[in-house]
Amino acid sequence: MKLKDKLATSFFELENKGILDLESNVHEIRSKAFADFEAKGFPTKRDEEWKYTSLKSVLNEDYTIFPKGENAVELKDVKKYFIHEIDSYKIVFIDGVYSSFLSETTHEGIDICLMSSALKKPKYKIIIDHYFNTIANKEESITSLNTAFSNQGAYIHIPKNKVVPKPIQVLHFSTKNKENLFLQPRNLIVVDENSHVQIIERHQSLSDNVVLTNSVTEIFANKRAIVDYYKIQNDQNNASLIDQTFVQQKDNSIVSVNTYSFGGKLTRNHLEFNQIGEHIDSNLNGITIIGNKQHVDNHTTVFHNEPNCESHELYKGIYSDSSTGVFNGKVIVAKKAQKTNAFQQNNNILLGEKATINTKPQLEIFADDVKCSHGCTIGQLDESALFYMQQRGIPEKSAKGLLLYAFCNDAVDKIKIPELKSRISKLIASKLDVKLGF
Amino acid sequence: MLIIKNLHASVNDTKILKGINLEIKAGEVHAIMGPNGSGKSTLSSVIAGNGVYDVDSGDIILENESILEMAPEERAHKGIFMSFQYPVEIPGVSTINFIKTAINEKRKAQGLEDLPAKNMLQLIKEKSELLEMDRKFLSRSLNQGFSGGEKKRNEIFQMAMLDPKLAILDETDSGLDIDALKIVANGVNKLKNENNAVLVITHYQRLLDYIVPDFVHVLKDGKIIKSGGKELALELEAKGYDWVK
Repeated sequence: MKLKDKLATSFFELENKGILDLESNVHEIRSKAFADFEAKGFPTKRDEEWKYTSLKSVLNEDYTIFPKGENAVELKDVKKYFIHEIDSYKIVFIDGVYSSFLSETTHEGIDICLMSSALKKPKYKIIIDHYFNTIANKEESITSLNTAFSNQGAYIHIPKNKVVPKPIQVLHFSTKNKENLFLQPRNLIVVDENSHVQIIERHQSLSDNVVLTNSVTEIFANKRAIVDYYKIQNDQNNASLIDQTFVQQKDNSIVSVNTYSFGGKLTRNHLEFNQIGEHIDSNLNGITIIGNKQHVDNHTTVFHNEPNCESHELYKGIYSDSSTGVFNGKVIVAKKAQKTNAFQQNNNILLGEKATINTKPQLEIFADDVKCSHGCTIGQLDESALFYMQQRGIPEKSAKGLLLYAFCNDAVDKIKIPELKSRISKLIASKLDVKLGF
Repeated sequence: MLIIKNLHASVNDTKILKGINLEIKAGEVHAIMGPNGSGKSTLSSVIAGNGVYDVDSGDIILENESILEMAPEERAHKGIFMSFQYPVEIPGVSTINFIKTAINEKRKAQGLEDLPAKNMLQLIKEKSELLEMDRKFLSRSLNQGFSGGEKKRNEIFQMAMLDPKLAILDETDSGLDIDALKIVANGVNKLKNENNAVLVITHYQRLLDYIVPDFVHVLKDGKIIKSGGKELALELEAKGYDWVK
């Protein structure tokens, strides 16, 4: 059966299993979303936004939508994928199913729990009705597909004036299942006035099984809220991820989304920031280090709708072998958005003869009093710097590694959790085969 | 210590060095002077092993061993140091980490363990004081945003740390004001002893007032056309390079 037909059957099954409340607004949203998906189908290279990323090879696999078998996972098997050096809240899923055993949630003053409960229980209705699926892209069929199936995922609501004392880790593990998995997590994060939260998200396959994850996250930062979001993508070679993150910011809020893509077969990061207030700061940082035939696509959009806001975008990429990368950075400054400061930078190093990067800065500026800049570079390693290092006695291989490590450094410096920073530094060093201590 | 025999070198098929002969013994300071385009910087780059240049014929022998086939890092491990005319900026790598890595790579090549952190710090303290360097510079990215003078001082600091047998100073005086020049020259003089040697490459006589050479060679059109003692530098300064024929 083709994946699209299989999804239709599964959607019908989901609607009729009675696990969902058919009376709620969410039901209507789901049905509408599935109809949208059915009408459009999966995106193809004919769509402008998917010109350089083909889903064909990942969609051709035979996936199971709702895996039957339950797999137990011991903490010791997955501990290394947590930032375990720090105390944190944890929301953990195994093959798309919540694991209470590995999780640490809370309802004490803040809600760090499950999307599935939030979608069902009346006490969350106000928040769900107000926020759910209000900023997720309605044009993108793959986003609609996720909306149609939205059930499992993280629900995080931080009421006003709270500094969440420890980071929240959201982890999705997939195990050695008999079937290929198609997972669709859906996350909702609402941070009210003056509150502050740090979130780390990771998708990790524990086997070489084929896995496709289609994830959607909506983040709402209300006035003066601060949200730091980190995405660690270092998955197995048969795991692919389509990640869509939508952010809405109100006055004086600061949101940073940092994406570290070091693995997986195909990774697509769609990141959308919508500023609806003044004095907002939006930060988008990314590091991509891939090889073999891996593919990473970073698609970002920042909508500057109001005056006096900033956005800072820094994406670094190192591509070896036959790996391919895409960077598409849109910055749209509305006529009203005077005094906007928007900076965008995308620097790439191609190490492989067959490695390619398609980079496309796209600035649409309708206001006349703005500071906007974009810079994009594609290059090889600096030969004069290499010779300089070798002259001081550093062998060519180490010198190359150090130069590449240094190339990523300004993006690593953006990480505000020290243990995570050290973890990412180590990951980068191991990807580049560099001795740390640097 | 270093013997250069009938060295011919070119870049992209353009011949630059056309038969250089030079012998430098331990304890000596040699100066190579010459007009722009005479091949001075090519000579230093070829000794250091820059792959941009092709050695067409001849040989370079360091302590009875030809170094022509050696990678730049191997030459560095054998004790060759070159202070660059234009030191490279490396964002993201601090000077201190860079020099630590360089020292430990050299030690590794010599079969030694990493230098203990305590000794490393002591050495850094000593050598940065010698060059009157602000320690804050050491934790900044290598040469990034440094002035010309700071970069040159940083070169000599690294030289002091690495303690080479043969130090090549390529146009070290360019970009230095007189105070910085004195500090740099003073540093070089303090590092000088009977077991090492210095090759100063310069366009002007100015630096040689402070680093006094035992021998001066005039390089023109890829060849050494005249050699003499330190007084030759003064004569060149007064009469210009056209005087030597």
